[in-house]
Order: sequence, then structure tokens, then C-alpha cells
Amino acid sequence: MTQMVDVRLTVNGKAYEGRCEPRTLLADFLRDNLSLTGTHVGCEHGACGACTILHNGEAARSCIMFAVQADGADILTIEGIAEGGALHPLQSAFHEHHGLQCGFCTPGMLITALDFLRVNPSPSVSEVREALSGVLCRCTGYQNIVKAVMAAAKTMRREQA
Amino acid sequence: MAQGQGNGYVGRSVPRREDRRLLMGRGQFVADLKFPDTLHAVFVRSQVAHARIRSVDLSRAAAAPGVAYVLNGADLVQLLPPVPDTQLPLPRKWTTQVQHRFLNPQQPLLAHDKVRHVGEAVAVILAESRYLAEDAAELVTLDLEPLPGIVDPEAALKPGSPVLHDKYNTNLIGEFRIAKGDVEGALARAPHRLRRRFHHHRYGAVPMECRGVVSVYDERADTITIWSSCQVVHWLRREASTVLNMPEARIRCVALDVGGGFGVKGHVYPEELLIPFLARVMKRPVRWIEDRHEHFMSACHSRDQIHDVEAGFDDDGRLLAFRDSFIADCGAWNPIGSGIAYNTAVHLPGPYKFDNFAVHARIVTTSKVPNAPYRGAGRPEATFAMERTMDLIAGELGLDPADVRLRNMIPHNEMPYRLGIPYRDGEAIVYDSGDYPKALQQALDAIGGVATFRARQKKARGEGRYLGLGLGCYVEGTGVGPFESATVRIDPTGKVYVASGACPQGQGMETIFSQVVADAWKVKPDDVVMALADTSAISIGFGTIASRSTVTLSSAIHYASEILREKAFAIAANMLECAPGDLELRSGAIGVVGVPGNEVTLASVAKAARPGWDHGRPQGMQAGLEETYYYEPPTVTWSYASHAAIVEVDVRTGRLSIEKYVVVHDCGVVVNPMLVEGQILGGTVQGLGGALLEEFAYDSEGQLLTGSFMDYLLPTASDVPDVELIHQHYPSPLNPLGFKGVGEGSAISPPVVIANAVSDALAPFKMEFNSTPIRPEQIAAASLPAPR
Amino acid sequence: MKPASFEYHAPATVDEALALLQANGPDSRVLAGGQSLVPMMNFRLAAPSVIVDLNRIRDLAYIRVQGDAVCIGAMTRQRAIEFSAIVADKLPVLSAAIKLVGHLPTRSRGTIGGSIANADPAAELPMVLQALEGAVVVRGPKGQRTIAASALFQDAMTTSITPVEILVEVRLPVMPAGAGFAIEEFARRHGDFAIAAVTVVILREGQGCARARIATAGISSHSERLRAAEQILEQHGLGDDAIARAAEAAASAVEPLSDRQASAAYRRQLTQVLTERAVRRAAA
Repeated sequence: MTQMVDVRLTVNGKAYEGRCEPRTLLADFLRDNLSLTGTHVGCEHGACGACTILHNGEAARSCIMFAVQADGADILTIEGIAEGGALHPLQSAFHEHHGLQCGFCTPGMLITALDFLRVNPSPSVSEVREALSGVLCRCTGYQNIVKAVMAAAKTMRREQA
Repeated sequence: MAQGQGNGYVGRSVPRREDRRLLMGRGQFVADLKFPDTLHAVFVRSQVAHARIRSVDLSRAAAAPGVAYVLNGADLVQLLPPVPDTQLPLPRKWTTQVQHRFLNPQQPLLAHDKVRHVGEAVAVILAESRYLAEDAAELVTLDLEPLPGIVDPEAALKPGSPVLHDKYNTNLIGEFRIAKGDVEGALARAPHRLRRRFHHHRYGAVPMECRGVVSVYDERADTITIWSSCQVVHWLRREASTVLNMPEARIRCVALDVGGGFGVKGHVYPEELLIPFLARVMKRPVRWIEDRHEHFMSACHSRDQIHDVEAGFDDDGRLLAFRDSFIADCGAWNPIGSGIAYNTAVHLPGPYKFDNFAVHARIVTTSKVPNAPYRGAGRPEATFAMERTMDLIAGELGLDPADVRLRNMIPHNEMPYRLGIPYRDGEAIVYDSGDYPKALQQALDAIGGVATFRARQKKARGEGRYLGLGLGCYVEGTGVGPFESATVRIDPTGKVYVASGACPQGQGMETIFSQVVADAWKVKPDDVVMALADTSAISIGFGTIASRSTVTLSSAIHYASEILREKAFAIAANMLECAPGDLELRSGAIGVVGVPGNEVTLASVAKAARPGWDHGRPQGMQAGLEETYYYEPPTVTWSYASHAAIVEVDVRTGRLSIEKYVVVHDCGVVVNPMLVEGQILGGTVQGLGGALLEEFAYDSEGQLLTGSFMDYLLPTASDVPDVELIHQHYPSPLNPLGFKGVGEGSAISPPVVIANAVSDALAPFKMEFNSTPIRPEQIAAASLPAPR
Repeated sequence: MKPASFEYHAPATVDEALALLQANGPDSRVLAGGQSLVPMMNFRLAAPSVIVDLNRIRDLAYIRVQGDAVCIGAMTRQRAIEFSAIVADKLPVLSAAIKLVGHLPTRSRGTIGGSIANADPAAELPMVLQALEGAVVVRGPKGQRTIAASALFQDAMTTSITPVEILVEVRLPVMPAGAGFAIEEFARRHGDFAIAAVTVVILREGQGCARARIATAGISSHSERLRAAEQILEQHGLGDDAIARAAEAAASAVEPLSDRQASAAYRRQLTQVLTERAVRRAAA
């Protein structure tokens, strides 16, 4: 008899409930059980960062977490970043500065940047590069992503003030 | 021929329409598709490089929980005829000019007689979930008779070597020669000669999205749909038609959002044919999403060439003769045939003027993952050989590498320049436009000038610091044929609809072509509807490889629009009761020149074009407002660039830091400057990855040692510098809009730029860097006291 | 790359966790941060039949000063350590080292206990434990015991913790006031495991060196102290000559690994350079 577990969590402000095996990865739970396919799976060993979500407010790799570990957690995925249809400053900045091409790493970049800017709202370029070094991008060469994050940081600081 | 689009959209950095869905997490990649009742496929892949298959026992797997179907190579042979030759044929114009010999082993959809590389698929399992399918895959028993791995292509050519494809009795599956002038004589007479071996190692595209195929068979209509993360949907449909024995008209192939391709998704893989076959067998949707571990051992690799070069030159560093004998290690199969190797051959001369040139190329099979084009597709290897040679010539004569290049470069007043050898389309290569010396000069100026650098370098050496300057110049044939298709149609709403066989993978095609169409029809980009990468939108298409889509699709759009405009004007003239010559396009309408308000909207013209009673067409004119055009380019158009970098190396640890990296680049008329910059930045970083970090490594038995991102190192945001871009604009005379291709170019130079820079930095240690990747350990060898 | 099935338990106490390990034998594994274990499971290089998830156990995550040591609960996230004012104040070398451990998202989940128990030869936290002469507290069926850093690491991925024990706390002596420190790491990319790393903590005494502690990562099969080099500094001070000799002694003392990333000779070369540079910076 295969052990099944109940997983109850909040994703992007909405309560969800599902049943899965303990081995079901959080990334697969989000994508398959909850049909939230914005979070991408690029490597399944925690190296590429495309699967990064916010878990209780902190960026974490969903491909190396079991869904059952997120029982009771508050998750934010890329689908939840925009508030009420209005793009978040990070999303606007990525758009303005051409910070995405194929879009596959973009969930990881946005979530990682979101977490990072909360921790360091006024970063230098090299701090941004270092913060994003855990998300692999094959298309952009990173330069415009860095520009976008710096621009978003500026906007966000202004909005906070 | 370039159209100055003063008030137009071409030339403007229009933000991308693709962004919103991707930024909101509402993109649709193949893995995002969901169908009820889906079966999930797992391929069982060989863990041995070379072996005869005695049996593949699936009995335990078949009985595993959730398993619906199992299939091995031997079973498949009973179900399907052998795979026919799938390679694109070489044009007769080429085959009659170039001395060549090619053998074309056809990879079966599942290996059945032998396995020929670690990762080759021997069986497929379908189950209710990927998890269950992987459980079942562990229960498969392979009975293999191991054979020696074949990993060294030179050893593979020696008599007595084990042979990968028994029926050929050789591992040499391709060979050709091209030449111009008298290389032997010129070498013999040259005042100076040098000889070197250059090795450009094996690395590859490694996009962030792995491959994936989902297929649904509709039993009622006997039609099948194949969604694949793919660059060539029409080619896939053609192959599927043969394998499934179905008319193309019953097969629909679609590529949705594709998470990067860079060439690795530019041909048809066995999985892409097997999955639809299984969907039809099972009468349930079948889904296969490649995982990363699989990707490293079954998605094609690239590069991997050994060049033995001999160059003859004079006292001034002028190249007199260049002879290159190279081996391309193509792995176990050769899906793209001669494409990469021939690209290498014709790109060797680069932007330089010399009369005596000869290339001998050999393509060798080894028990490794097959090779396919990856951004640059043979050009990086060629540029490496020539650009290292330029630096070595300078070194021998005590000249500056920049001066040697400038002396050898084709001057601007000799353009267009006829090279004297044919491109792979069979046409004579003519570098059609550009100013190579100026590009190099601009790159040198951008790094502060050579003299200034040399002074800094000398001072730094005195302080025990090692700075180096590296250059890499290339030319690139882009926009290759044979064709691309476009259907242009005026929708009844007045929007302009364009369908094409081009397949985007992140380049922003929906945006750039909406700009091109907007200018052609004087509408806004938002009023353009693009249908790409879908065989049901257009019946004949080529696909996106080889830096071709901007050139070929834009031209197809241009010519289709020209023809369609004539028809639209004729109908509008009929509606407005004037002559077509009195009319012009303006803001979504067609109106009388000089009479604002006297116009009809495109929507009304489209409606008037409809068949039926009371239509608005002139007498005798066929209904409809749609035109399909197949643009067949006369030949490739030549973009080029000069890359320059200043590096500093720490000889004690081997750490390399890039102080400055500059790219001076021409791609003709630019559609969207922001997107072009994105392409150049992305390609440069991929090139740097190949130069310094990325490597597919095999042991002597053919075991793949790099099977994860822990081993195959991609460059990250903290590994690469900002790249400064300078643009030149020499419009192409070969197509109506003056475009040149830009997708691949910037990946071509970085490996040789780094090799040249490090060799320059470590010149006091008399170290040469003639192979890639350049690892810290090699640099750190400079500070070892041991004699070299 | 989906993991094999396992029986999952999320005990509420350490004792429950210990009982589960005892009952299920060698095929059971504890799950802490999961940043090393789950990738291995996804590759099916590890396929434990029982997973004992420690993440629901309360009171295993804390950072507190107790006497002259900082006690850190094993399940304390690396991220919490990164942003801890106590750690910044009392263990600044740990604050510096933690930024080299993976990336912020992996530090959100990765734990100090997990990293140390995993004992990857190239991990930074074991190196810091060595450099600070710390210890770990381990609980098992027979009770609790403390293992000093010097007795903990035995080989690659191998510590003296037995399969039925759980690491519950890490104890690090507060760094003395005025202690200088430096970490020199050579990795292919930021955040990667070290090819070679050296951590130095130095307490000056006038012109001389009262105490030098030098620990490594990435160089040999487990993190180790370079005692010969330490002694040279303690005996001969922190002048250029002493530093050079200490670095040479460090290079001679190690038994470097040889792998695809680096040869033994290169690691030895790095040991010398990194020791020299780390000592210089720590002494400045």
C-alpha cells in the first residue's frame, strides 16, 4: 500500500489541498497537482534555480523539497508576484530592460531577486550579480537582468519612501 | 537596398509582446501541457558506451505498478520499417564542386543491434506517472556484450580500431577537401612557416529547458498532434509522416514556448518520432519530458575538432598560405551530416585576404553522444584556428597581433570580396558588405588602444601582474537557404496575419516580425497577428537554425506583402473608384495620396475581397486577400565582428578575470536594437562558458563524466563581465530589407579571444594556449618552478 | 530524475526520531535541509527506504551564547546564521564563511547540522568548525555526547557520528577580541564547492602570534587543521619569512585529492598560495 500524505498549503494567497506520495517533489506538486505551471523544472538537483519559489517568505528550490515538507507553508510563485494584474516593479523592469528571452529561468530570477531585494534593498551591481549567480540563464548573458534588478530596486526604494 | 524606416518600427527597440505571459508565469512550454489520461514515458538508456545487445528484458518492468506499455528495440523492429535517411540533402551545386564522401548511418528509434554511446535509448516504458515509469525502468535487465569504447577520433581512424558502424567497416563517415590557389607551392616558398595543433573541445547548447514531446492521437479523425520543444516543426512533420505512414495533412506539429534551442533542438530526434507512434498505439496522450541527467547524455553535443594547421607568411606577417587538416569527432551518429564541418572549412579564411588555402576535413564516429550544430555551428572552431594563427605569426615576428590582422584584412575598398570557394548552398562565397579593418580598429579603440595597453602590460609585469589582450575576428554566413515561407493575410478585422515555418526559442520573433509587418502595411505592431512554429498555420516551412529567420522570414514577408498589396490596392481602387497608382497605405487603411479621409480601412478591403455575391473585387479577380511566398535567398549574407578583451591572470592560483570585453558587430539593418543586443550579450556569455567552464568529458571507456550541473559548469552572473557593444551597420545587398543574421555570431569569438589573451598575458613564460577549455590549473602552471 | 519511494516520518521530538532510526536500520536517513540529500535521491544515488524528517522538531533551531561559546541548534538554517547579529559579533569568521556556502535560496533550507554531518570534503562549514576548534553535540540511544572537531571528520562524507545518532547542536567558542581572520577560497564559480580553501584565525601578541589556527576544505578527503603551519607562526611570528615558511609547510603537509576538477599537484600549489594569502590578511 503506497503511503499517501495530505498537503495543505497557501499558494499566492489562496488555500490549496492535495494528496500525494511523500516522494512527490514540491515543484511537481505545484505544477501537476495545483496546475501552477509558472514554476519551471530545469535540473531536479537544485543547481539551475528555475524552480525557485518563496517558502514562508524565503527563496527556496522547489525541486529538492518534498511537497509534504511544505504542508502548512505559505508559498509564493511567479504567478503571485503581480498584484491584482499590475506588474510588480521587478516584472516591469525585466520587460523594460529586456531581462528575459526564452523565459524559462525567469521564475527563478524574479523570485530570487524579490527575496534578495527584501534583504538588501540597495545593492551594488556586483552584489546583484552574486545574488543571481544561483540561477542559470542561457539566453541573456545576465547583463540586462542585472540592469533590470538595479532599476527595480531603485523604483522599489522610491515607492517605500 | 536598405529601406531607411524613418518613421517606422524597424530600427526601434519595441518592448517584447512575449514578455507579459512569461513574466506572469503564463507561458506555455511543452511540459506545461496537461491532458487527461496521459501516459508518461521514460527511456531506458545504455550505461555502457559500446556493446552488442543480446537482450533487453522488460518482463519485470511490464509488471511494475502503473505500467501500461513497454517496448524495446527488437520489438520496434517488428512494428515499424527502418528509419529512412532523414538528413537534408546537399544541393547538387555543392556536390558537383566539392570533392567529398559521406556515409549516413541511420539511427534507429530504439537501439536494437548495438548500443553506441552512453545514453542511447534501448527501451521505452509508459506508465501512469513519471515516478512510476522511473521505478519500472530500474527493473529492466540489459544483457550486453561489451565492446571497447571508441573515444579518441585519431585512434578510431587507425587500422585495427574497433568500428562503431559495422556495415561501413570504418569510423570515417565523412571526408571532403576544398582548396584555392597552390597551397603546397606557397608553403614551400614562404619565408616563414608555422605548424600548430588546435583542439576545440566538446561542449554544447544546454538550454535551460530540456527537450520534451507530447502527442495526442485523435482516433475519430485519424489525426495526430505533436507538441515538441523543437526548432524545426515542418521537418518533424515530414519525418513523422514517414514513420507513422500518415499524410502530412493529418499531422500537426507545434512548438509552443521553447526554453532555448541554440541549435540542439534544430533537427528531428528519435524521441520525437517514437512518442507520437506510442500515442497512436495506446490511443492515449503520451508525454515525455527529458530530465537534465538524460539531457547531458542524449541531447546532442557539439564542437570537438582537432585542427592541424600549417601557415606560411612573410616578414611583414602577411599570410601567404594556410593549410588545415582537421578531424571532427561527430559522436555515434551524424544527424546533420556535413553541415558543421563544412561550415568550419569555409569560415577558416575569415576576414583575411590570401590566395592559397586548402582544407582536408574528416568526420569520425566515436562512442559518444552525437554532435549537432550549436550556436556557431563549426565557425568557432574555424575562428579559433585562424585567430590563434594570427597571434602566433605576430609572436614569431615580434609584431603586434592587431597590426598583423590589419595587414591581412580585406580592405573596405575591395568589398564585395569573392573568396574563391563555395558555401554549403553551392554558391560562390562573396563577402557582400562591411568594413573589417574598421571594426577591429573600433574594438581596439574601445579597449583604450593597443599602445596604452602595452604600456600598462609592461608596467604590470614589472610588478608581477599579468595582463593580456586577446582579439577574435570573424565573418559569418547568415540567412542560408534553401527557403523560408510566409503567408500574409488581411484579417476581416483589418489586422495583418502572418504565418511562417520559423520557430522561436526566445529570440523575440513575435515582436520583431510584427515590427517588419507593421512597416510593410503601415499598421501598429499590436495589429499584427503572428502564427509561428505550427504546421497547421502554413503547410511548408523550414525552421530556425543558422541565424536565418530575420533575413529569410522578413524577406518572405516583404515579397508576399508586395504581391498582396497590389491586390489590395486593386480592390481599394475599385471601392474608391480611382486608379491603384493614386493610392497609398496609411494607418491601417488604403487611401488616395494627398486626400486625407478618402480611404478605406484594411478591414473593409478584406471584406470586399471575400467570395460571394455583392463582393467588392474588380471584375475577374480571384477572391481572398492572402499571399504565400517562399523566399529562396540567392545565398548567404555576411555579418562579422571583432571581439577584444583585456584579462588579468593570477599565475599562482590560475584565476582569470576579464577586465574588459568589447564586441564590434555588424548585422546590417537592425530590426530591434534592444533584441539584437540581447542576442550578442547572450552569445558572448555562452562563448565564454565554452572557453573557460563548460566541458563534456569522457573517460577512456566512453563513460560520460559530466552528467549534471555539478560537473558541466555553466557561466553564472558572477562569472562574466559586462560586455560593451559597438554597432556597425552595413546593410545587406542581398535581401530587400538589408538584414543580416545575428543569432549565432557572438558565440564564435570568445574561446579564441580568451586563448589569445591568456597566451599574451603569459608570453613571458613562453606559454601557448592552443586548446580549450582554458582551466585555472593550466594558467597556474606558469608559476611552477619545474622546467617546461 | 524522480526519487524512489520511501516511508516518510516527521517526528515531533528528537527521541522519536532516534527511535525511528533504531527501528528502521541502516536504510533510513534523516532529512535536514535536503540540499544535499534530495538531489542524491533524485539521481537515485541514494534510495533510503525510510526518511525521518527533522524539520518538524521544535527547538532544534536556535543561536545562543552560553558562557564562552555560541551554541547553534543543528537545524538552524544557514540563512539565519548569515543574518544573525550574535554570529556577526561573536563568530565573524562564520559570518564570512556562510556567504560562500551555496546561494541564498539554498541557505534558506540548508542547515548547519546537515552540512557538518554530511562532511563533504569541499564544504566550508566543517572547515570553520575546525578553525574555531568547535564541537558537535550528538544524541543517540545511549544518550548525548560531544565530539570535538578534530575527532569528527574521518573521511570524505564520513564522520564519527553513527547511523543511529543525530547531530543536535554545534558549539563554537567565541572568537577572542582582536582576533584576525581570513578565508581564502578557490572555486570555479561563486557558490561552488571549494577546490581548495583555507581559513585562518590569528590572535596577535605584540609582533608575534599568540595563537594561529589554520583549517582547510576541498584539499583532502576531509577538512583538516594545518598544525605544522600553525606552529611556525606561533613560534616565529607573522613576518613575511615566517608566513612563507608556514605556507610551504602547509603545502607539504596535505595529501591532496586528485579529480577532474584539479590534480593533486595543483591543489598542493593552491594550499601554499591560499595559506599565504589568508595568513597575510588575517594578520593585517
